[in-house]
Amino acid sequence: MTRTVHLSLEINGKTRELDVEPRVTLLDALREHLELTGTKKGCDQGQCGACTVHVDGKRVLSCLTLAAQVEGRQIATIEGLAAENGDLHPVQAAFLEHDAFQCGYCTPGQIMSAVACIREGHAGSDEEIREYMAGNLCRCGAYNSIVAAVREAAEAA
Amino acid sequence: MRDFSYSRATSADQARQAAIQSGAMLLAGGTTLLDLAKCGVFEPEAVIDITHLPGFSDIEMDAAGARIGALAKMGEVADHPAIRANFPAVSESLLLAASAQLRNMATVGGNLLQRTRCPYFRDPATFPACNKRSPGSGCSAIGGVTRNHAVLGTSEACIASYPGDLAVALVAFDASVDLGGRTVLADEFFLTPGDRPDRDTVIEPGEMIAGIVIPASPAAKNSTYLKVRDRQSYEFAAASAAVGLELEEDGRTVRDIRVALGGVATKPWRARAVEQALVGKALDAASVEKASRLAMEGAVSHGANRYKIELAPRVVARAILQMGGLA
Ligand SMILES: Cc1cc2nc3c(=O)[nH]c(=O)nc-3n(C[C@H](O)[C@H](O)[C@H](O)COP(=O)(O)OP(=O)(O)OC[C@H]3O[C@@H](n4cnc5c(N)ncnc54)[C@H](O)[C@@H]3O)c2cc1C
Ligand code: SF4
Ligand code: FES
Ligand code: FES
Repeated sequence: MTRTVHLSLEINGKTRELDVEPRVTLLDALREHLELTGTKKGCDQGQCGACTVHVDGKRVLSCLTLAAQVEGRQIATIEGLAAENGDLHPVQAAFLEHDAFQCGYCTPGQIMSAVACIREGHAGSDEEIREYMAGNLCRCGAYNSIVAAVREAAEAA
Repeated sequence: MRDFSYSRATSADQARQAAIQSGAMLLAGGTTLLDLAKCGVFEPEAVIDITHLPGFSDIEMDAAGARIGALAKMGEVADHPAIRANFPAVSESLLLAASAQLRNMATVGGNLLQRTRCPYFRDPATFPACNKRSPGSGCSAIGGVTRNHAVLGTSEACIASYPGDLAVALVAFDASVDLGGRTVLADEFFLTPGDRPDRDTVIEPGEMIAGIVIPASPAAKNSTYLKVRDRQSYEFAAASAAVGLELEEDGRTVRDIRVALGGVATKPWRARAVEQALVGKALDAASVEKASRLAMEGAVSHGANRYKIELAPRVVARAILQMGGLA
Protein backbone atom coordinates (compact mmCIF):
# COMPACT_ATOMS: atom_id res chain seq x y z
CA MET A 1 0.00 0.00 0.00
CA THR A 2 1.39 3.37 -0.95
CA ARG A 3 0.55 6.18 1.43
CA THR A 4 0.64 9.68 0.08
CA VAL A 5 0.39 12.98 1.85
CA HIS A 6 -1.08 16.13 0.44
CA LEU A 7 1.33 19.04 0.74
CA SER A 8 1.00 22.70 0.04
CA LEU A 9 4.43 24.29 -0.41
CA GLU A 10 5.37 27.96 -0.78
CA ILE A 11 7.96 27.99 -3.56
CA ASN A 12 9.36 31.22 -4.99
CA GLY A 13 6.37 33.08 -3.59
CA LYS A 14 3.77 30.78 -5.15
CA THR A 15 1.69 28.09 -3.48
CA ARG A 16 2.15 24.68 -5.08
CA GLU A 17 0.01 21.66 -4.19
CA LEU A 18 1.22 18.08 -4.55
CA ASP A 19 0.56 14.53 -3.38
CA VAL A 20 3.69 12.58 -2.54
CA GLU A 21 4.88 9.68 -0.42
CA PRO A 22 6.15 10.94 2.93
CA ARG A 23 9.69 9.77 2.10
CA VAL A 24 9.97 12.12 -0.91
CA THR A 25 12.71 14.68 -0.44
CA LEU A 26 12.29 18.34 -1.25
CA LEU A 27 14.78 17.80 -4.09
CA ASP A 28 12.69 15.05 -5.69
CA ALA A 29 9.49 17.01 -5.10
CA LEU A 30 10.96 19.98 -6.97
CA ARG A 31 12.44 17.99 -9.83
CA GLU A 32 10.01 15.11 -10.30
CA HIS A 33 6.69 16.57 -9.19
CA LEU A 34 6.86 20.32 -9.76
CA GLU A 35 9.00 20.53 -12.92
CA LEU A 36 11.49 22.78 -11.18
CA THR A 37 14.61 21.05 -12.50
CA GLY A 38 16.98 23.96 -11.92
CA THR A 39 17.93 22.46 -8.56
CA LYS A 40 20.39 19.65 -9.32
CA LYS A 41 20.94 16.21 -7.84
CA GLY A 42 24.62 15.41 -7.46
CA CYS A 43 25.31 12.93 -4.67
CA ASP A 44 21.82 12.80 -3.08
CA GLN A 45 23.62 12.37 0.28
CA GLY A 46 24.61 15.79 1.54
CA GLN A 47 28.13 15.66 0.17
CA CYS A 48 28.18 18.06 -2.80
CA GLY A 49 25.83 21.05 -2.40
CA ALA A 50 24.33 20.81 -5.93
CA CYS A 51 20.83 20.68 -4.41
CA THR A 52 21.17 23.87 -2.32
CA VAL A 53 17.95 25.88 -1.90
CA HIS A 54 16.80 28.43 0.67
CA VAL A 55 14.24 27.63 3.39
CA ASP A 56 13.06 30.71 5.27
CA GLY A 57 16.03 32.56 3.79
CA LYS A 58 18.66 30.05 4.94
CA ARG A 59 20.64 27.79 2.61
CA VAL A 60 19.96 24.09 3.11
CA LEU A 61 20.38 20.83 1.20
CA SER A 62 17.13 19.75 -0.44
CA CYS A 63 18.37 16.14 -0.81
CA LEU A 64 18.40 15.68 2.99
CA THR A 65 15.13 17.55 3.59
CA LEU A 66 11.74 15.86 3.37
CA ALA A 67 9.16 17.80 1.38
CA ALA A 68 6.78 17.22 4.29
CA GLN A 69 9.23 18.91 6.68
CA VAL A 70 9.05 22.27 4.90
CA GLU A 71 5.31 22.70 4.68
CA GLY A 72 4.60 26.19 5.97
CA ARG A 73 8.12 27.45 5.19
CA GLN A 74 9.22 29.81 2.43
CA ILE A 75 11.25 27.91 -0.16
CA ALA A 76 13.41 29.67 -2.74
CA THR A 77 15.04 27.94 -5.71
CA ILE A 78 17.27 29.10 -8.55
CA GLU A 79 14.17 29.60 -10.75
CA GLY A 80 12.99 32.39 -8.48
CA LEU A 81 16.23 34.34 -8.38
CA ALA A 82 16.03 36.51 -11.50
CA ALA A 83 13.58 39.43 -11.57
CA GLU A 84 10.14 39.01 -13.17
CA ASN A 85 11.35 40.92 -16.24
CA GLY A 86 14.24 38.49 -16.68
CA ASP A 87 16.99 40.71 -15.23
CA LEU A 88 19.56 38.45 -13.64
CA HIS A 89 20.30 38.52 -9.92
CA PRO A 90 23.69 40.21 -9.31
CA VAL A 91 25.22 36.86 -8.30
CA GLN A 92 23.99 35.24 -11.52
CA ALA A 93 25.43 38.15 -13.51
CA ALA A 94 28.76 37.87 -11.70
CA PHE A 95 28.97 34.13 -12.48
CA LEU A 96 28.47 34.93 -16.19
CA GLU A 97 30.95 37.79 -16.09
CA HIS A 98 33.65 35.64 -14.44
CA ASP A 99 32.94 32.44 -16.37
CA ALA A 100 32.45 30.74 -13.00
CA PHE A 101 31.50 27.34 -14.45
CA GLN A 102 32.33 24.83 -17.12
CA CYS A 103 29.66 22.12 -17.38
CA GLY A 104 27.29 24.16 -15.21
CA TYR A 105 25.94 21.26 -13.20
CA CYS A 106 27.01 22.60 -9.80
CA THR A 107 26.12 26.19 -10.75
CA PRO A 108 22.55 26.53 -9.43
CA GLY A 109 23.72 25.19 -6.07
CA GLN A 110 26.78 27.42 -6.12
CA ILE A 111 24.65 30.48 -6.86
CA MET A 112 22.02 29.74 -4.20
CA SER A 113 24.82 29.11 -1.71
CA ALA A 114 26.64 32.31 -2.74
CA VAL A 115 23.52 34.47 -2.36
CA ALA A 116 23.15 33.22 1.22
CA CYS A 117 26.89 33.44 1.91
CA ILE A 118 26.89 37.13 0.97
CA ARG A 119 23.71 37.79 2.96
CA GLU A 120 25.25 36.09 6.03
CA GLY A 121 28.25 38.42 5.78
CA HIS A 122 30.67 35.56 5.10
CA ALA A 123 32.14 36.89 1.87
CA GLY A 124 34.63 39.36 3.34
CA SER A 125 37.81 37.84 1.88
CA ASP A 126 38.80 35.12 -0.57
CA GLU A 127 39.73 32.92 2.38
CA GLU A 128 36.36 33.41 4.04
CA ILE A 129 34.53 32.78 0.75
CA ARG A 130 36.45 29.54 0.24
CA GLU A 131 35.58 28.33 3.74
CA TYR A 132 31.91 29.30 3.65
CA MET A 133 31.44 28.00 0.08
CA ALA A 134 33.19 24.71 0.94
CA GLY A 135 29.85 22.89 0.97
CA ASN A 136 29.58 23.30 -2.81
CA LEU A 137 31.86 21.05 -4.80
CA CYS A 138 32.70 21.66 -8.46
CA ARG A 139 33.96 18.64 -10.39
CA CYS A 140 35.12 20.97 -13.18
CA GLY A 141 37.30 22.85 -10.71
CA ALA A 142 35.97 26.31 -11.51
CA TYR A 143 36.77 27.38 -7.96
CA ASN A 144 39.00 30.37 -8.71
CA SER A 145 36.36 31.96 -10.93
CA ILE A 146 33.62 31.13 -8.45
CA VAL A 147 35.53 32.91 -5.67
CA ALA A 148 36.09 35.91 -7.97
CA ALA A 149 32.37 36.04 -8.86
CA VAL A 150 31.26 35.81 -5.23
CA ARG A 151 33.75 38.48 -4.19
CA GLU A 152 32.60 40.87 -6.90
CA ALA A 153 28.92 40.31 -6.12
CA ALA A 154 29.65 40.80 -2.39
CA GLU A 155 31.52 44.05 -3.02
CA ALA A 156 28.64 45.36 -5.13
CA ALA A 157 26.00 44.32 -2.56
CA MET B 1 14.83 4.28 0.83
CA ARG B 2 11.93 2.35 2.33
CA ASP B 3 8.67 4.23 2.64
CA PHE B 4 7.62 5.50 6.05
CA SER B 5 4.89 7.56 7.62
CA TYR B 6 5.58 11.16 8.64
CA SER B 7 4.05 12.99 11.57
CA ARG B 8 4.82 16.08 13.62
CA ALA B 9 5.14 15.62 17.36
CA THR B 10 2.72 17.77 19.32
CA SER B 11 4.53 17.53 22.67
CA ALA B 12 7.74 16.06 24.04
CA ASP B 13 5.75 13.40 25.89
CA GLN B 14 3.90 12.43 22.76
CA ALA B 15 7.22 12.24 20.87
CA ARG B 16 8.70 9.94 23.52
CA GLN B 17 5.60 7.74 23.52
CA ALA B 18 5.66 7.49 19.73
CA ALA B 19 9.40 6.79 19.65
CA ILE B 20 9.04 3.71 21.88
CA GLN B 21 7.10 1.92 19.12
CA SER B 22 9.33 -0.41 17.14
CA GLY B 23 10.24 1.04 13.74
CA ALA B 24 9.72 4.61 14.92
CA MET B 25 12.46 7.25 14.74
CA LEU B 26 12.64 10.87 15.80
CA LEU B 27 13.52 13.33 13.06
CA ALA B 28 15.42 16.53 13.88
CA GLY B 29 17.52 18.05 11.07
CA GLY B 30 17.38 14.76 9.20
CA THR B 31 20.97 14.97 7.95
CA THR B 32 21.93 11.66 9.55
CA LEU B 33 18.51 10.01 9.43
CA LEU B 34 17.81 10.57 5.72
CA ASP B 35 21.42 9.94 4.72
CA LEU B 36 21.43 6.55 6.44
CA ALA B 37 17.90 5.72 5.25
CA LYS B 38 19.16 6.23 1.69
CA CYS B 39 22.11 3.93 2.45
CA GLY B 40 19.68 1.27 3.69
CA VAL B 41 21.18 1.42 7.19
CA PHE B 42 18.07 2.94 8.81
CA GLU B 43 14.70 1.49 7.83
CA PRO B 44 12.20 3.52 9.83
CA GLU B 45 8.50 2.79 9.46
CA ALA B 46 7.39 5.94 11.23
CA VAL B 47 9.29 9.22 11.28
CA ILE B 48 8.30 11.70 13.99
CA ASP B 49 9.36 15.26 13.30
CA ILE B 50 10.28 16.94 16.60
CA THR B 51 11.52 20.23 15.14
CA HIS B 52 8.23 22.01 15.79
CA LEU B 53 8.29 21.36 19.55
CA PRO B 54 8.47 24.73 21.29
CA GLY B 55 11.15 25.49 23.88
CA PHE B 56 13.80 23.01 22.80
CA SER B 57 15.95 25.37 20.73
CA ASP B 58 16.82 28.02 23.31
CA ILE B 59 20.41 28.90 24.17
CA GLU B 60 20.77 30.31 27.69
CA MET B 61 23.84 31.47 29.56
CA ASP B 62 24.31 32.38 33.23
CA ALA B 63 27.23 32.41 35.69
CA ALA B 64 27.08 28.62 36.10
CA GLY B 65 27.28 27.89 32.40
CA ALA B 66 25.28 27.36 29.23
CA ARG B 67 22.17 25.36 28.49
CA ILE B 68 21.59 24.58 24.84
CA GLY B 69 18.28 23.10 23.68
CA ALA B 70 18.64 19.87 21.70
CA LEU B 71 16.89 21.39 18.68
CA ALA B 72 19.20 24.42 18.41
CA LYS B 73 20.91 24.37 15.03
CA MET B 74 24.66 23.78 14.81
CA GLY B 75 25.11 27.12 13.02
CA GLU B 76 23.10 29.09 15.59
CA VAL B 77 25.07 27.65 18.48
CA ALA B 78 28.41 28.25 16.75
CA ASP B 79 27.57 31.92 16.15
CA HIS B 80 25.94 32.61 19.53
CA PRO B 81 27.86 35.43 21.28
CA ALA B 82 27.76 33.77 24.73
CA ILE B 83 29.00 30.44 23.36
CA ARG B 84 31.78 32.13 21.41
CA ALA B 85 32.86 34.16 24.44
CA ASN B 86 32.69 31.42 27.08
CA PHE B 87 33.29 28.23 25.09
CA PRO B 88 35.41 29.02 22.01
CA ALA B 89 36.23 25.32 21.51
CA VAL B 90 32.50 24.49 21.32
CA SER B 91 31.88 27.22 18.75
CA GLU B 92 34.94 26.21 16.71
CA SER B 93 34.08 22.50 16.81
CA LEU B 94 30.76 23.37 15.18
CA LEU B 95 32.14 25.85 12.66
CA LEU B 96 34.74 23.33 11.50
CA ALA B 97 32.05 20.66 11.03
CA ALA B 98 30.17 19.80 7.83
CA SER B 99 29.16 22.81 5.67
CA ALA B 100 27.18 26.03 6.08
CA GLN B 101 24.12 24.31 4.57
CA LEU B 102 24.33 21.31 6.90
CA ARG B 103 24.91 23.56 9.93
CA ASN B 104 21.66 25.40 9.09
CA MET B 105 19.78 22.09 9.13
CA ALA B 106 21.39 19.89 11.76
CA THR B 107 20.56 20.16 15.46
CA VAL B 108 23.03 19.71 18.31
CA GLY B 109 20.97 16.84 19.75
CA GLY B 110 21.08 15.01 16.43
CA ASN B 111 24.76 15.86 16.12
CA LEU B 112 25.61 13.87 19.25
CA LEU B 113 23.70 10.88 17.86
CA GLN B 114 25.28 10.87 14.39
CA ARG B 115 26.61 7.44 13.43
CA THR B 116 30.09 6.36 12.42
CA ARG B 117 31.30 7.04 8.89
CA CYS B 118 32.80 3.52 8.68
CA PRO B 119 32.29 2.80 4.95
CA TYR B 120 31.36 -0.83 5.68
CA PHE B 121 28.68 0.25 8.15
CA ARG B 122 27.26 2.62 5.51
CA ASP B 123 27.01 -0.03 2.76
CA PRO B 124 24.85 -2.97 3.89
CA ALA B 125 24.20 -4.16 0.33
CA THR B 126 27.90 -4.83 -0.32
CA PHE B 127 29.04 -5.64 3.23
CA PRO B 128 26.49 -7.67 5.19
CA ALA B 129 29.00 -8.21 8.01
CA CYS B 130 28.92 -5.34 10.50
CA ASN B 131 28.49 -5.91 14.23
CA LYS B 132 27.33 -2.34 14.76
CA ARG B 133 24.50 -2.78 12.27
CA SER B 134 23.71 -6.46 12.81
CA PRO B 135 25.14 -7.77 16.08
CA GLY B 136 27.02 -11.02 15.63
CA SER B 137 27.49 -10.66 11.86
CA GLY B 138 31.22 -9.89 12.08
CA CYS B 139 33.28 -6.84 11.18
CA SER B 140 34.17 -6.09 7.56
CA ALA B 141 36.64 -3.37 8.50
CA ILE B 142 39.12 -5.55 10.39
CA GLY B 143 41.49 -6.68 7.68
CA GLY B 144 39.96 -4.17 5.25
CA VAL B 145 40.54 -0.49 4.49
CA THR B 146 40.95 1.21 7.85
CA ARG B 147 42.33 4.68 7.13
CA ASN B 148 39.65 6.40 9.22
CA HIS B 149 39.07 3.77 11.86
CA ALA B 150 39.81 4.22 15.52
CA VAL B 151 43.07 3.44 17.30
CA LEU B 152 41.67 3.98 20.82
CA GLY B 153 38.79 2.24 22.57
CA THR B 154 38.39 -0.48 19.94
CA SER B 155 37.29 -4.06 20.55
CA GLU B 156 37.45 -7.28 18.57
CA ALA B 157 33.87 -6.61 17.55
CA CYS B 158 34.22 -3.07 16.14
CA ILE B 159 36.91 -0.48 15.38
CA ALA B 160 34.68 2.31 14.05
CA SER B 161 35.61 5.86 15.03
CA TYR B 162 33.11 8.34 16.43
CA PRO B 163 33.04 11.05 13.76
CA GLY B 164 31.50 14.06 15.52
CA ASP B 165 33.31 17.22 16.57
CA LEU B 166 30.97 18.90 19.07
CA ALA B 167 30.99 15.95 21.46
CA VAL B 168 34.79 16.17 21.72
CA ALA B 169 34.57 19.71 23.06
CA LEU B 170 31.69 18.73 25.38
CA VAL B 171 33.66 15.85 26.88
CA ALA B 172 36.66 18.12 27.50
CA PHE B 173 34.60 20.58 29.56
CA ASP B 174 32.52 18.11 31.61
CA ALA B 175 29.28 18.92 29.83
CA SER B 176 26.16 16.81 30.43
CA VAL B 177 23.37 15.55 28.24
CA ASP B 178 19.88 16.26 29.58
CA LEU B 179 17.64 13.30 28.73
CA GLY B 180 14.53 14.77 30.37
CA GLY B 181 14.25 12.28 33.22
CA ARG B 182 18.00 12.03 33.86
CA THR B 183 21.20 13.90 33.14
CA VAL B 184 24.34 12.06 32.08
CA LEU B 185 27.92 13.34 31.78
CA ALA B 186 28.85 13.54 28.09
CA ASP B 187 31.86 11.34 28.82
CA GLU B 188 29.52 8.63 30.16
CA PHE B 189 26.82 9.21 27.54
CA PHE B 190 29.03 7.69 24.83
CA LEU B 191 30.02 4.02 24.99
CA THR B 192 33.02 2.14 23.68
CA PRO B 193 31.96 -0.81 21.51
CA GLY B 194 33.09 -3.71 23.72
CA ASP B 195 30.89 -6.65 22.77
CA ARG B 196 27.87 -4.38 22.10
CA PRO B 197 28.96 -2.14 19.21
CA ASP B 198 25.32 -1.66 18.23
CA ARG B 199 25.00 0.68 21.24
CA ASP B 200 26.75 4.02 20.62
CA THR B 201 25.30 5.75 23.68
CA VAL B 202 23.34 5.06 26.87
CA ILE B 203 20.12 6.49 25.40
CA GLU B 204 17.18 4.09 25.73
CA PRO B 205 14.17 3.73 23.43
CA GLY B 206 11.64 6.40 24.33
CA GLU B 207 14.28 8.76 25.66
CA MET B 208 14.83 12.09 23.97
CA ILE B 209 17.73 14.49 24.32
CA ALA B 210 16.26 17.68 25.77
CA GLY B 211 19.44 19.72 25.89
CA ILE B 212 23.12 20.05 26.66
CA VAL B 213 24.50 21.68 29.81
CA ILE B 214 28.06 23.04 29.79
CA PRO B 215 29.57 24.32 33.06
CA ALA B 216 31.51 27.57 32.78
CA SER B 217 35.20 27.47 33.71
CA PRO B 218 38.30 29.54 33.01
CA ALA B 219 39.72 26.61 30.98
CA ALA B 220 36.59 26.46 28.84
CA LYS B 221 36.81 30.21 28.26
CA ASN B 222 40.43 29.91 27.09
CA SER B 223 39.96 27.02 24.72
CA THR B 224 40.31 25.93 21.12
CA TYR B 225 39.34 23.12 18.77
CA LEU B 226 42.05 22.06 16.34
CA LYS B 227 40.93 19.78 13.51
CA VAL B 228 43.30 18.17 11.01
CA ARG B 229 41.79 16.45 7.98
CA ASP B 230 42.45 15.21 4.47
CA ARG B 231 41.14 18.41 2.92
CA GLN B 232 40.91 21.95 4.25
CA SER B 233 37.16 21.99 4.87
CA TYR B 234 33.90 19.97 4.64
CA GLU B 235 35.58 16.83 5.96
CA PHE B 236 35.62 14.74 9.09
CA ALA B 237 38.66 14.80 11.38
CA ALA B 238 41.69 12.64 10.74
CA ALA B 239 42.60 13.76 14.25
CA SER B 240 41.29 16.64 16.33
CA ALA B 241 41.77 18.06 19.81
CA ALA B 242 39.68 20.22 22.11
CA VAL B 243 41.99 21.94 24.57
CA GLY B 244 41.27 24.36 27.40
CA LEU B 245 43.96 25.94 29.50
CA GLU B 246 44.02 28.00 32.69
CA LEU B 247 47.40 29.31 33.87
CA GLU B 248 48.47 30.55 37.30
CA GLU B 249 49.21 34.26 37.81
CA ASP B 250 52.81 33.65 36.71
CA GLY B 251 51.46 33.04 33.21
CA ARG B 252 53.42 29.76 32.87
CA THR B 253 52.23 27.22 35.42
CA VAL B 254 49.20 25.11 34.53
CA ARG B 255 46.32 25.47 37.00
CA ASP B 256 43.75 23.57 34.92
CA ILE B 257 43.97 21.86 31.57
CA ARG B 258 41.40 19.91 29.55
CA VAL B 259 42.25 17.69 26.61
CA ALA B 260 39.92 15.57 24.47
CA LEU B 261 40.51 13.92 21.11
CA GLY B 262 38.34 13.32 18.06
CA GLY B 263 38.71 11.24 14.90
CA VAL B 264 40.92 8.64 16.57
CA ALA B 265 38.71 6.81 19.07
CA THR B 266 35.46 4.88 19.20
CA LYS B 267 33.95 7.64 21.35
CA PRO B 268 34.91 11.27 22.06
CA TRP B 269 38.11 10.65 24.01
CA ARG B 270 39.13 12.52 27.13
CA ALA B 271 42.92 12.37 27.55
CA ARG B 272 43.24 12.60 31.34
CA ALA B 273 46.81 11.26 31.35
CA VAL B 274 47.91 14.30 29.33
CA GLU B 275 46.08 16.63 31.72
CA GLN B 276 47.59 15.01 34.81
CA ALA B 277 51.12 15.17 33.38
CA LEU B 278 50.86 18.92 32.86
CA VAL B 279 48.82 20.25 35.77
CA GLY B 280 51.00 22.14 38.24
CA LYS B 281 53.92 22.22 35.77
CA ALA B 282 55.39 25.13 33.86
CA LEU B 283 54.49 24.96 30.17
CA ASP B 284 57.30 24.52 27.69
CA ALA B 285 57.44 22.89 24.28
CA ALA B 286 59.40 19.83 25.38
CA SER B 287 57.13 18.89 28.29
CA VAL B 288 53.99 19.52 26.23
CA GLU B 289 55.23 17.27 23.43
CA LYS B 290 56.17 14.55 25.90
CA ALA B 291 52.87 14.74 27.77
CA SER B 292 50.86 14.74 24.53
CA ARG B 293 52.23 11.33 23.67
CA LEU B 294 50.38 9.95 26.71
CA ALA B 295 47.16 10.52 24.76
CA MET B 296 47.99 7.41 22.76
CA GLU B 297 48.41 5.07 25.74
CA GLY B 298 46.84 1.76 24.75
CA ALA B 299 46.47 2.70 21.07
CA VAL B 300 46.18 -0.18 18.60
CA SER B 301 46.39 0.30 14.84
CA HIS B 302 44.77 -1.81 12.14
CA GLY B 303 46.99 -1.08 9.18
CA ALA B 304 46.18 2.12 7.29
CA ASN B 305 45.10 4.04 10.41
CA ARG B 306 48.60 3.73 11.91
CA TYR B 307 49.34 7.37 11.01
CA LYS B 308 46.81 8.53 13.63
CA ILE B 309 49.08 7.33 16.43
CA GLU B 310 51.74 9.79 15.22
CA LEU B 311 49.35 12.53 14.15
CA ALA B 312 47.07 12.79 17.19
CA PRO B 313 49.76 13.66 19.79
CA ARG B 314 51.09 16.36 17.46
CA VAL B 315 47.60 17.83 17.12
CA VAL B 316 47.21 17.80 20.92
CA ALA B 317 50.64 19.40 21.42
CA ARG B 318 50.01 22.13 18.86
CA ALA B 319 46.65 22.98 20.42
CA ILE B 320 48.14 23.19 23.94
CA LEU B 321 51.09 25.29 22.75
CA GLN B 322 48.72 27.63 20.91
CA MET B 323 46.62 28.13 24.03
CA GLY B 324 49.76 28.69 26.12
CA GLY B 325 51.00 31.32 23.66
CA LEU B 326 53.99 29.13 22.75
CA ALA B 327 53.09 28.39 19.12
C1 LIG C 1 28.36 15.46 4.13
C2 LIG C 1 28.32 15.53 5.63
C3 LIG C 1 29.42 16.01 6.32
C4 LIG C 1 29.41 16.08 7.71
N1 LIG C 1 30.51 16.54 8.37
C5 LIG C 1 30.52 16.58 9.73
C6 LIG C 1 31.65 17.03 10.46
O1 LIG C 1 32.67 17.42 9.88
N2 LIG C 1 31.59 17.04 11.82
C7 LIG C 1 30.46 16.65 12.50
O2 LIG C 1 30.45 16.69 13.72
N3 LIG C 1 29.39 16.20 11.84
C8 LIG C 1 29.39 16.16 10.48
N4 LIG C 1 28.30 15.69 9.82
C9 LIG C 1 27.20 15.07 10.59
C10 LIG C 1 26.13 16.06 10.92
O3 LIG C 1 26.65 17.04 11.79
C11 LIG C 1 25.00 15.27 11.57
O4 LIG C 1 24.36 14.54 10.53
C12 LIG C 1 23.97 16.16 12.23
O5 LIG C 1 24.54 16.91 13.26
C13 LIG C 1 22.82 15.34 12.78
O6 LIG C 1 21.86 16.21 13.32
P1 LIG C 1 20.36 16.22 12.76
O7 LIG C 1 19.60 17.21 13.55
O8 LIG C 1 20.34 16.40 11.29
O9 LIG C 1 19.95 14.75 13.17
P2 LIG C 1 18.87 13.74 12.58
O10 LIG C 1 19.38 13.15 11.32
O11 LIG C 1 17.53 14.34 12.55
O12 LIG C 1 18.91 12.65 13.73
C14 LIG C 1 20.05 11.86 13.98
C15 LIG C 1 19.68 10.72 14.93
O13 LIG C 1 19.40 11.23 16.22
C16 LIG C 1 18.05 10.98 16.59
N5 LIG C 1 17.62 12.21 17.26
C17 LIG C 1 17.70 13.48 16.75
N6 LIG C 1 17.38 14.38 17.69
C18 LIG C 1 17.11 13.68 18.82
C19 LIG C 1 16.74 14.06 20.15
N7 LIG C 1 16.58 15.34 20.52
N8 LIG C 1 16.55 13.06 21.06
C20 LIG C 1 16.72 11.75 20.73
N9 LIG C 1 17.07 11.35 19.49
C21 LIG C 1 17.26 12.30 18.55
C22 LIG C 1 17.32 10.61 15.33
O14 LIG C 1 16.28 9.71 15.57
C23 LIG C 1 18.44 9.97 14.52
O15 LIG C 1 18.62 8.64 14.89
C24 LIG C 1 28.26 15.65 8.43
C25 LIG C 1 27.13 15.20 7.73
C26 LIG C 1 27.15 15.13 6.35
C27 LIG C 1 25.94 14.61 5.63
S1 SF4 D 1 34.27 -1.25 12.31
FE1 SF4 D 1 32.31 -1.40 13.41
S2 SF4 D 1 30.93 -0.23 12.08
FE2 SF4 D 1 32.72 -0.75 10.80
S3 SF4 D 1 32.25 -2.75 9.83
FE3 SF4 D 1 33.32 -3.22 11.75
S4 SF4 D 1 31.60 -3.52 13.19
FE4 SF4 D 1 30.74 -2.40 11.46
S1 FES E 1 22.66 16.35 -4.05
FE1 FES E 1 22.33 17.24 -2.11
S2 FES E 1 24.33 17.57 -1.38
FE2 FES E 1 24.70 16.45 -3.23
S1 FES F 1 30.93 23.67 -13.47
FE1 FES F 1 30.99 21.51 -13.76
S2 FES F 1 30.76 20.82 -11.72
FE2 FES F 1 31.06 22.91 -11.42
